[in-house]
Amino acid sequence: MKCKKMVDVGRRQFLRGGALAAAGAAVSTVAGAPAQATPANAQVDYPSDKLANIADLAVNEPMDIEYPDPDSPGVLIKLGQPVEGGVGPDGDIVAYSVLCPHKGYYMGYNSEDRTLNCPGHFSRFDVEAGGQQVWGHATQNLPQFVLRVDGNGDIFAEGATDLIFGRPSNVL
Amino acid sequence: MAYKRQIDRLPIPPADAKVHNVTCHYCIVGCGYKAYTWPRNKQGTLKNNAFGIDLSEQQSADGTWVAPSMYNMVKQDGKDVHLAVVPDQECVVNSGLVSIRGGRMAENRPSKVTGTQQQRLSDPMVWRNGTWQPTSWDDALDLVARVTARVITEGSEDDLILSMFDHGGSAGGYENTWGTGKLYFQSMKVKNARIHNRPAYNSEVHSSRDMGVDELQYQYADYEVTDTIMIVGANPLETQTNLFLNHMRKGLENGARFIMVDPRRSVTVNAAEEIAGPENVLHLAIDPGSDMVLFNALLTHIVDNGWVDADFIANSTFQNGEAVPMDAAHPAALGSLDFAMETCRTSTAEAAEICKIDEADIIKAAEWIAKPHEDGSRRKCVTGYEKGIIWGNDNYRTIGALLNIALATGNVGREGGGCCRLGGHQEGYYRPSDAHVGRPATYVDQLLISGGGKVQHIWACDHYKTTLNASQYKRVHRKRAEMVKDAMDASAAGTREQQVDAIVAAVNAGGLFVVDVDIIHSQIGQNAHVILPACESNEMNLTSMNGERRLRLSEKYMDRFGNSLPDCLIAAKLAQHMERVLREMGHDAYADQFKGYDWETEEDAFMDGYHQGNPDVTYDRLRAMGNNGVQEPVQGYENGQLIGVERLYMDGVFTRHGRDDGKALFCAAGWRGLQAPGKEQERASHKFWINNVRANIFWQNQFLDQDNDFIQDRFPYPFIEMNADDMAEMGLNPGDLIEIHNENGSTQGMAYPTDTANRGQVAMVFGSPSGSQGNVVNPGVNELILPDYKHTWGNIRKLADATPAARSVSFKSKEYTG
Repeated sequence: MKCKKMVDVGRRQFLRGGALAAAGAAVSTVAGAPAQATPANAQVDYPSDKLANIADLAVNEPMDIEYPDPDSPGVLIKLGQPVEGGVGPDGDIVAYSVLCPHKGYYMGYNSEDRTLNCPGHFSRFDVEAGGQQVWGHATQNLPQFVLRVDGNGDIFAEGATDLIFGRPSNVL
Repeated sequence: MAYKRQIDRLPIPPADAKVHNVTCHYCIVGCGYKAYTWPRNKQGTLKNNAFGIDLSEQQSADGTWVAPSMYNMVKQDGKDVHLAVVPDQECVVNSGLVSIRGGRMAENRPSKVTGTQQQRLSDPMVWRNGTWQPTSWDDALDLVARVTARVITEGSEDDLILSMFDHGGSAGGYENTWGTGKLYFQSMKVKNARIHNRPAYNSEVHSSRDMGVDELQYQYADYEVTDTIMIVGANPLETQTNLFLNHMRKGLENGARFIMVDPRRSVTVNAAEEIAGPENVLHLAIDPGSDMVLFNALLTHIVDNGWVDADFIANSTFQNGEAVPMDAAHPAALGSLDFAMETCRTSTAEAAEICKIDEADIIKAAEWIAKPHEDGSRRKCVTGYEKGIIWGNDNYRTIGALLNIALATGNVGREGGGCCRLGGHQEGYYRPSDAHVGRPATYVDQLLISGGGKVQHIWACDHYKTTLNASQYKRVHRKRAEMVKDAMDASAAGTREQQVDAIVAAVNAGGLFVVDVDIIHSQIGQNAHVILPACESNEMNLTSMNGERRLRLSEKYMDRFGNSLPDCLIAAKLAQHMERVLREMGHDAYADQFKGYDWETEEDAFMDGYHQGNPDVTYDRLRAMGNNGVQEPVQGYENGQLIGVERLYMDGVFTRHGRDDGKALFCAAGWRGLQAPGKEQERASHKFWINNVRANIFWQNQFLDQDNDFIQDRFPYPFIEMNADDMAEMGLNPGDLIEIHNENGSTQGMAYPTDTANRGQVAMVFGSPSGSQGNVVNPGVNELILPDYKHTWGNIRKLADATPAARSVSFKSKEYTG
């Protein structure tokens, strides 16, 4: 398990362009993968980031998160009733990317009907139905973060179901 | 649970990837894309790639991104290559925007590697021994030619029934309309023809053309510089997505107002309100079918207030009363504005009563359309219309009444104006004259149902999903086709000659020999005896024009699937077989009519057809014009550029009707209620109006989308939008399977609770493979055989609780609620 803080630090340095060695390493990791004799893992290696503790969450009050790095904003939501893919003792905690998978606009949460809505081109996604696009232009449903809850109630993100807008790999 | 792709990384196009111009082959807007292809064992890096950007950084909104649906691995020159089909930022049509349809072009390609679209047909097939068996082109076409030649020489060409696309994009386009058109309208003179979406060979906008106005006369930028956008019977955010998002939106942001005429509130109204503010959006939710009354009242109010463009009327429109009398070919008389007003005159109060809307809203709409600005300057208004009136009540007069408003206000041929259909497919029509078809054209479906015709050639049509009176059509079609299948099975061991004899005997006894050319094994293909595999654009080079007449060459970037061929080359091969067989039969003169098809490529067909009429246009020149292409009609070629026309009729001379005087005509659009036979009775005796609607997520009848997991996961059954109180009254829960039934037949779908649906009105998505709305549409058409799919009434009953597939999907409102 990686420390969230370390991931953040590395990521920020990378974005500033100050860490040439880190950038080079990232390039060779991703670009080199198909040239290897065996394919890479079915999915990229994700960090395991602690997002919150269950005690931090109130029903239908979304918490801003960043996963798998600070440039990928998301929300963590406790829905108050079990949903498919939900975690926690009530099976009701879910997390999604909030970059619209159409053109990458930052979406807003409508707590009344529990949808994420894109101000760019009016697409909307149902957080109670696995991020299914209710209506819109995206050609995929919303990337949902794979969550794990430990014995202390800490909630960790450890993967994503779909490609996040604006990147060729979920882990850059 | 929503469908998850479980894809979290994609290959990166290298800097030396091949780049191909692509025009989206789905809707009429024709967005520009770039297709990148590169060898399977190569890829770019985060820093060095085909996009020339640093992919190690999170891209911002509107940035370049390859979604998983934009990626696939396909065959190119026999080798597997990576494919990424990405929206083109430089294309003026879409400026990098992507629709839910075009963004899936790559994943909807057939791929042996990724397993996509394995439903595509790869080989000609002939009905043998109780099923369809693969065979060679020569074997299949020999059978088609022998049966067809026997039938049309023993009888006449009228015994050949033809169902044939007339559009651009996808498998249509100038190459393929020419190939098929030359075969059936030049080598033969087949008159019992119909088009993919209507039961005759006719225009969907006869009145506009008769009035002198081509239905696609503006350019999309006109929406950006207008005062008012008026949309009638259309839902452009869903069905011409990037026309709305890239052009109408800019107009609204520039201060334009928005009028929507549609009984149903759609996401387009919602989005217009979000952009322009609700105070600048007027939704006229008229009683179904009453559009003409509204238009007549708007025209009357505009004329009576003097808000007309008097100079335009004087200089560009007919002045002397009646120009064209009403007759069998003209469901309304045409003439001067004064002449038309004698018939059209309708008060706003009368219209309010018939249309069931507020009179004040009609007056407001008239003001938004035509009342001069405070400084006295003319108000500009651009009008877009589509199936709500094309497939609506009294097509000829209703479209004429709408165009009357645009003509009276001088909004044709002017910047910020236009009165255009919004369109479905792209266009791409280049055929020999169809004058022999006649007007009114034959109602071909009724001919077939009544036992007429002996051989049917079908080109990329699936009437099982997309015709009216479909229940009866399907019953008769299957029965007649079965007679021939039985004859073929009984003679399977015989010689070709014996088999042809058996087939001819069966069709003479009432059977129908069915040849189906398509890219997939369609529903109507279940009745076919010969199935011929076609290919799509980008598996071939294809030219089409979009809704502002923008002509582009969409380039071939991958191999054809299996033995499939472009439609134009299938038509050419069939012609060659017809020539050979007719000569063998001793019909030399007839055989000679089938000469002139020595085409090796689709470019040969293009040069034989479109290029002959437009000698400046070649593939090389179009390729150089890229994704922005040239707006037809092409005027010349200068300095390496094809020269086009941004807007038709800028000189105020109207020509579409062929009149020497160049004057536009007004339509004497007299209201007569629901015009098509049987509609009024149907309305009176059923509880629900069954609207026939589209959704952005499906392309047409879902011929590719039926094999796309993302799409089928969202709507496993056709949705039927329904008022929640109506649902509660019937004990229906979201997703329950319901049946719509009336005297024409029945169909089914899943109930989708919709806040904005009026009570007693449901909206069913058209053309679904698992529930054809056409089953319950009556056979009523107008005088020119234009169908009225939109006016259908039926009753509803519950069939079953929601299935697990239906229970897992979202039933929330489709409207943005940011």
